[in-house]
Amino acid sequence: MLIFEHSHPARRNPSQAPQDKAEIKAIPEKFRRKKRPLLPEVSELQAVRHYTRLSQKNFSIDTHFYPLGSCTMKYNPRACNKLAMLPGFLARHPHAPESLSQGFLACMYELQEMLKEVTGMKGVSLTPMAGAQGEFAGVAMIRAYHDARNDVQRTEILVPSAAHGTNPATAVMCGYTVREIPTDAQGDVDIEALKSAVGPHTAGIMLTNPSTLGVFERRIMEIAQIVHEAGGLLYYDGANLNAILGKVKPGDMGFDVIHMNLHKTFSTPHGGGGPGAGPVGVSERLLPFMPVPIVDYDGKAYRLLTESARPQTIGRLSAFAGNAGVLLRAYIYARLLGSEGMHRVAEFATLNANYLMARLAHSGYDLAFPERRATHEFIVTLKRQAKELGITAMDVAKRLLDLGYHAPTTYFPLLVPECLLIEPSETEAKEELDRFITAMQQILTEAQTTPEIVKAAPHTLPVRRLDDVKAARELDLAWKSSR
Amino acid sequence: MPFIPHTEDDIQHMLAAIGATGIEDLFDEIPEALRATAALKSIPPGMSEMDITRLMMQRAEEDGRPLCFAGAGAYDHHIPAAVWEIATRGEFYSSYTPYQAEASQGTLQLLYEYQTMMASLTGMDVSNASLYDGASALAEAVLMAVRANRKSQSRRVLMPGTVHPAYRKVVRAIVTMQNIELIELPYCTECGHTVPESLERYSGGDIAALVIPQPNFFGVLEEVDTLTDWAHRHGALVIGVVNPVSLAVLTPPGEWGENGADIVCGEGQPLGAPLSSGGPYFGFMCCKMEHVRQMPGRIVGRTVDLDGKPGFTLTLQAREQHIRRSKATSNICTNQGLVVTAATIHMALLGPDGLERVAAACHANTLALVEVLTAIDGVTKLFDRPLFHEAVLQLPRPVDEVLDELAERGLLGGYKLGGDYPELSNALLVCATETKNAADIELFAKHLRDILKPQ
Repeated sequence: MLIFEHSHPARRNPSQAPQDKAEIKAIPEKFRRKKRPLLPEVSELQAVRHYTRLSQKNFSIDTHFYPLGSCTMKYNPRACNKLAMLPGFLARHPHAPESLSQGFLACMYELQEMLKEVTGMKGVSLTPMAGAQGEFAGVAMIRAYHDARNDVQRTEILVPSAAHGTNPATAVMCGYTVREIPTDAQGDVDIEALKSAVGPHTAGIMLTNPSTLGVFERRIMEIAQIVHEAGGLLYYDGANLNAILGKVKPGDMGFDVIHMNLHKTFSTPHGGGGPGAGPVGVSERLLPFMPVPIVDYDGKAYRLLTESARPQTIGRLSAFAGNAGVLLRAYIYARLLGSEGMHRVAEFATLNANYLMARLAHSGYDLAFPERRATHEFIVTLKRQAKELGITAMDVAKRLLDLGYHAPTTYFPLLVPECLLIEPSETEAKEELDRFITAMQQILTEAQTTPEIVKAAPHTLPVRRLDDVKAARELDLAWKSSR
Repeated sequence: MPFIPHTEDDIQHMLAAIGATGIEDLFDEIPEALRATAALKSIPPGMSEMDITRLMMQRAEEDGRPLCFAGAGAYDHHIPAAVWEIATRGEFYSSYTPYQAEASQGTLQLLYEYQTMMASLTGMDVSNASLYDGASALAEAVLMAVRANRKSQSRRVLMPGTVHPAYRKVVRAIVTMQNIELIELPYCTECGHTVPESLERYSGGDIAALVIPQPNFFGVLEEVDTLTDWAHRHGALVIGVVNPVSLAVLTPPGEWGENGADIVCGEGQPLGAPLSSGGPYFGFMCCKMEHVRQMPGRIVGRTVDLDGKPGFTLTLQAREQHIRRSKATSNICTNQGLVVTAATIHMALLGPDGLERVAAACHANTLALVEVLTAIDGVTKLFDRPLFHEAVLQLPRPVDEVLDELAERGLLGGYKLGGDYPELSNALLVCATETKNAADIELFAKHLRDILKPQ
């Protein structure tokens, strides 16, 4: 039932709006709304009950193991939320003067410095509001760098074939054309293909390391050298930073610019789709181009540096200073972990992934890269089961929902047929991993004995498989009261 | 080990299953030289929850909580207690983007309800499920309009100087690399609005879109009907940038002029997001059905399952980066879902009557504020036109000094306009939302009177 179907004309919540209805004195009739908008007219209890019940139709980390590859669904500590929502932080207006902002800015400055250290970069700007905006900032800086040197024939961004879709989409938003670089059989970038692709048109390359194939790009130093020698810059997509936090610094691998997904590695919540935060870190040569504002500290006071102090900046990406509340959560998480805690993130994320990989391989699942170590994630391919039993990756994913597990990422990366990209994260206990393995074993048995159960899954959720074709053909994107 | 549950026993069992002797073995594909420099020297040791609580409480208190008369894109509204209580339930807070529809019906249905509310509020056919904030939503709207306007060969967009200055900067940063030309329109220095006649010089030229802010950055109402009709007469699409609370009392963009705006966007913060230093907020975007395939961001549709039972799913995904890659309408992936969750609950709790009361109270309080402040010697109101809930005042002294003195007295007096509009030196943008009562307004007046008193 929709909230609108609970609605009754003239029902209202008197405690939630001004008691006296003010007269609108100074707005002429021609500017005035004639017909009220279609908003629900429900009691506070009706609304609370409706949305509480809706929440119960979701899987979430708090309720389910969520091994969604490339998304780093780790525990979101409650303290981070509670402390970021202290009244003093919530009430701070973005235009509050610096004299009334030192507490908040201290948190931002310290976060900026910690992110510099973990990435090995020379400067960090916190303002991008999500990974894709961080990517945009990064590629825009690469372009600003070439433009500032009057090196304007560089029109191409290289992207490995396994990259996230945001990479090519971002390159295009920055006015570049995209050239895909193939991947070899072991999951590494095809170095020969890279060598023949680079040249005077290369503006840069966008890489995720570990890659989306769940393996570490072993020849990264060589790749950096090839691209740099051609005059291009290296962009690090921080989607998989959790795999190397405290183990390797992207700055040491030769990257010129990196974005971090704080909603992954620094455990801010995914919130059903967002908000995230995508700070960018840069090497020396890109420092002047960072997006503003940037937090500065002169030993006495914190302040925000804007365009006047950073004349070569690529500019502003948000009306104010990015997703401040998300940044506060990441700061609190970073302080809770401390240096030792950060080193352990990658260690245990990797331990969990390799354990799951070994046990699933032993249970009869095929690995996409059996010769390789898992990083914080790995890929299972159901190509064989699809051919022999007609069971697809989608079927296994849906059946897992029935058994109380969120599905792994399916059909990404696109290069591996019938794939499941599995990322357990470091916060899951061994018992939970063992139960997941048991569930995966059960599904494999069902695929052989009662395949119809797997093919028709899920059976126990609020809805069965949905008709996506109808959704796209007969668009129903808003409720109409006349219906 | 914070948030890592492994015991020594677990570790040994797991390593044995893997066939490794130590955790370090698992990193043996990473070149040795890279692993050598990984130490995190400057990061302090971890804190307990008790200690970080004390630190954060100190910092949150340190910034005081000034009585806020600043707006300029972020507005101090009452948020019902239930809004964030429910939005931060773990099932909303810690879930992912609803790609697995069967396991995400809660988020998906909520988004469908949100889309319904926003489409109705703006008078448009459809809404997406959010963009980052008002400024970046406007940038996306500009890109979308240039794609959607097939009659126009140009990539020129008219941008009034009365659009929020930070929005104009963000639009410039985001769209210019795609060779889009932004032409800034001057405003009337007497009335603070975009004079429709000033558009005539662009009559012959090919214009892809016209941006119309309502209310504009000065709080002033634009001649939206005339502007919309001018744009349509000249083959340009209309992008409305609106404050969603104002729409409870102002004409929705879908009804501007003869045919209404084509794309509507804006800042969702006034619908239940706390000021929170500027974010997270959310950008909203709505449009006419004919442009839906050019819209960026996620969209939820209602459909049926295998049994014919209604359900919700992400739809029109062929517009998005994870399917279309370099040909996507935008690179956006993560949006501002949780804030949209709060906004949906917020709108449900206020209802049409509540939202109208909020809008009317903001309007009335701002008029009351203007009245008492302009009674002070040397303070005058600029721009003689109807306004919604912000006003521009001219002060007899530099705004910086006055704002500093007000801050010392625990008051956030408004936004200094001179930085972005040099011709408006000594001008202050003020706002009094429904959260301010007569005593607050009187307090502002008292302090300003004291500060401006001849020494």
